[in-house]
Amino acid sequence: MEARLTVARVEPAEHAEQGTQPGFLRKYVFSTDHKTIAKQYLAVGLLMSLVGGFTAYLIRAELAWPGRPVAGWGFIAPGAYMALVTMHGTIMVFFVAMPILLGAFGNFLIPLMVGAKDMAFPRLNMISVWILVVASVILIASFFVPGGAASAGWTGYPPLSAVPSYTGGYWGINLWLVALALEFASFLIGGINFLTTAINLRAPGMTLWRMPLFVWLEITASAIFLLSVGPLVAGSVMLLADRLVGTGFYNPARGGDPLLWQHLFWFFGHPEVYVIALPGFGIMQEILPVFSRKPMFGYRTIVYSTIIAGFLSLVVWAHHMFVSGMDPRLATPFSIMTILISIPFAIMVLAMIATLWRGSITFETPMLFVLGALSSFLIGGVTGIFLGSETADIYLHDSYFVVAHFHYTLFPIVFMGGFAGIYYWYPKMFGRMPSEILGRIHFALTFVFFNLVFIPLFLVGFAGGPRRIYYPFGYDFLKPLQPLHVIATYAAVLLLIGQLPFIVNFFVSMVRGSKAAENPWHANTLEWTVASPPPHGNFERIPAVMRGPYDYSMPGMVDDWAAQTTSVQATADWAISELHTETMKE
Amino acid sequence: MPANWFPPNVSSYGGQIDWVINLIFYFSAFWFVLFQGALLYFVVRYRRKPGVNAQFIRGESARQISWILVPALLILVCDLGIDAAGARAWEIVKGAIPRAAVTVHVTGSQFVWQFTYPGPDGRFGAGQDLKSDSLHVPVGKVVRLELQSEDVIHDFFVPQLRLKQDLVPGRKIPAWFEATKVGTYEIACSQLCGPSHFNMRGELVVQSEADYSAWLKEQRAAAATPGKPGNS
Amino acid sequence: MEAELELSLRPRTPAHQPVTDSLTEIPTGKLGLWVFLAGEIMIFGGMIACFILLRIAAGGWASDAAHVDWQIGTLNTLVLLTSSLTMILALAAVRADRRSAVKLYLGLTVALGLLFLVVKGYEYAGHFAEGYTPLSGMFWSFYYLMTGLHALHVTGGIVVNFVLLMMAIRGTLWEGGQGRVEFAGLYWHFVDVVWIFLFPLLYLSLKLT
Repeated sequence: MEARLTVARVEPAEHAEQGTQPGFLRKYVFSTDHKTIAKQYLAVGLLMSLVGGFTAYLIRAELAWPGRPVAGWGFIAPGAYMALVTMHGTIMVFFVAMPILLGAFGNFLIPLMVGAKDMAFPRLNMISVWILVVASVILIASFFVPGGAASAGWTGYPPLSAVPSYTGGYWGINLWLVALALEFASFLIGGINFLTTAINLRAPGMTLWRMPLFVWLEITASAIFLLSVGPLVAGSVMLLADRLVGTGFYNPARGGDPLLWQHLFWFFGHPEVYVIALPGFGIMQEILPVFSRKPMFGYRTIVYSTIIAGFLSLVVWAHHMFVSGMDPRLATPFSIMTILISIPFAIMVLAMIATLWRGSITFETPMLFVLGALSSFLIGGVTGIFLGSETADIYLHDSYFVVAHFHYTLFPIVFMGGFAGIYYWYPKMFGRMPSEILGRIHFALTFVFFNLVFIPLFLVGFAGGPRRIYYPFGYDFLKPLQPLHVIATYAAVLLLIGQLPFIVNFFVSMVRGSKAAENPWHANTLEWTVASPPPHGNFERIPAVMRGPYDYSMPGMVDDWAAQTTSVQATADWAISELHTETMKE
Repeated sequence: MPANWFPPNVSSYGGQIDWVINLIFYFSAFWFVLFQGALLYFVVRYRRKPGVNAQFIRGESARQISWILVPALLILVCDLGIDAAGARAWEIVKGAIPRAAVTVHVTGSQFVWQFTYPGPDGRFGAGQDLKSDSLHVPVGKVVRLELQSEDVIHDFFVPQLRLKQDLVPGRKIPAWFEATKVGTYEIACSQLCGPSHFNMRGELVVQSEADYSAWLKEQRAAAATPGKPGNS
Repeated sequence: MEAELELSLRPRTPAHQPVTDSLTEIPTGKLGLWVFLAGEIMIFGGMIACFILLRIAAGGWASDAAHVDWQIGTLNTLVLLTSSLTMILALAAVRADRRSAVKLYLGLTVALGLLFLVVKGYEYAGHFAEGYTPLSGMFWSFYYLMTGLHALHVTGGIVVNFVLLMMAIRGTLWEGGQGRVEFAGLYWHFVDVVWIFLFPLLYLSLKLT
């Protein structure tokens, strides 16, 4: 077989390697290495998840025993409760999910998976993580200012959020807005790197159709973040102006409109939940083939569905506003679009389930979390239909049903998916194997208690229980629901305690875990062809990619896996002809 | 069934909203059981067994991908059914408001509800408006509400009526209902409106026509007394 | 049909040196800049959309808008358009390696950018003297917000162009930094295009109602 060699274009090296070892600050603090930056993002996300988890504890304790002092904390005033609810949402979405799923995994994996030495703009990458660190510090600082932290909900609707006297706090929301603006900037800049690297820095042979699905989903997430956050950046500046300067963008008495904020917020807010969900799906789609030892089912269908879902996500936002006072005629079109989004996600879920069919499945911790996520997400997904229907939403809007729904989509995909990714790529990131036993205990506790927290809350929602209610006993119709809140709170405490095995595992394995081989999972993607952890620069020679990422259990193969750099000739002839026809169709 | 958890419906259109929710529940439950069942079955059936290899299935051929696309299409059909049912019910609740026997202005402010009834001539703002802290309405009659807010966004929600509507400052938003059963029901603010949002509780009193007229007369008499609050 | 194999025969690149040749025909820096601009377009686009929507709802702000001087606005538009021209000329000079021309045109671009800001500052001062602050009504709130954000972007562009000018004067620009002139130019043209939208919206359209 004749092979045609082409020499890739080379641009002159701009700066020669210095040859001296960088100091501690340069290597660990002000690093431009995407892998170190990824770990910095991971650190921010995990630290903030402790804060977010603690706010969850306080919220649940208040709800189970309203008005009573919380164990380990004390009495929570109504205004403080609203701040807890606000900050819980803001922290979890913007300072846990984004940093971990996009910042950490995106940064760590994209260059490795496409065969690049680093991101396209390493210094810009470093700037983006430092902006996030500054944003996080500002957000945490907002807990300690007079008037307390922001307390108008993570959604921050004006006029409540625009006029300080309505919440009784001033600096809280101001700092909240600044922290958010910086977070947006951080991920806008990060997105530049993700998209450019995945498009331009792929190794030779890494065609778009040979990219791991994780990369596809991560860059789709980046793209929709990019396209949707702009109007909210504008809107946040306007809200800050209303607060600081006294403009009236959201003040009807001054010609403004409170609903303008809602449109701007949700135009971004809805795509945002897919921005954090898609990478979670991407992680699941990397792990499923490896632990089923067969290809991801329907690779191209998944890619098309992802892109369709991404675009659809930009035109469904007003399903958050059915009863907001917007023109009721808008409701049905938005409802139709929203319910349509269930199709691409149903396709992705089905593809993931189909990957298991006729597989050879093992249940290491990463796989357990993926299966748990998939199972729980099914509930999250179907309950979304209720809220997508404008009529059902009349009754269910702003109730606990909404809270239970979004926790059933976000927690499985972000947390369980995130844990799956952490356990799976831990050997690559830290060079050590995490403990399987602790991992399985962590999974069992997380899965069981997560479900026990939120199933009762669906029932509270069905009974009409509104969300963000500090003291439910004020309403007769809410009193009989109290036992549900108590169950949820006990489960929540146990869920939080159930994270201890993870914390222990994470740190202890870093020093005491067995040294990880290059490819402990026998996976195909490029990150598993280099050392654990990879050296600075990842690849000594840029690899040549010969095949797609999911060639598992191909007939004729010696092993049941084949790294993407394994040449096609390594497999039997008839298998090659099958590959040929598929990869040639580009 | 979800409706088992709802407070009893006392609204003329409540049944339709309940019906849509139940419809969604049945569709969702069906697909959920199917998907979850497949997931569980595959996970058990295809556990690793010595000597048995996974099958190299890409899912790219038309036949294989149809296993995904056909269910997706069926889901789409269910979705369209839900859309149709929902659109019809939405039009009734949020569309054109039927002719009302009673019109009440509802004013929300941090953190109280105030209800304003028109003067005896049925007109507002002619100095004869009647203010009340609770919402009294006659049973079996269409009641039109004009919702307005004095400060932040609130939300008027009565679970038993299945009615929910935001109050937005700067707007006058209409809503309507027809109560089918006499009784006292709670109004719960359902949009975060400040620290005491949890305390913004109102009362809806549905009375027989006779009782309602009596109440109205009594309120006007009390308001007509000089120095008494309630006059506008 | 044989599989086409592409093997890289390039020399080992230093560890921290990202691979800079691109799989697509687009230079990586340019691609990155376009991604950045896409985000910026959404920010300004969002703001402009808000202005248009609120303006339609309010039935126009003609009385307020009468106080912006369309002649000064036109002057500033010409200033910015000319600066885009000088930027293009700078890029052409870079490509032709006419180094003194590069310095001239970059210098002119910086100067014109500064002139734009000076004129804007003069306008703001005039408005304030007449009592028109951001609190003077919805039109004015938007006017200051949009032109203010735009002016910030102009300032950023001036800084970038000034840095390139310094590099050209010091000679360091010719050591591989030529591509940056193109990227800076793209950004500068974007800033210009935003103004092309703002100018008619703020200065002209309300005159027609």
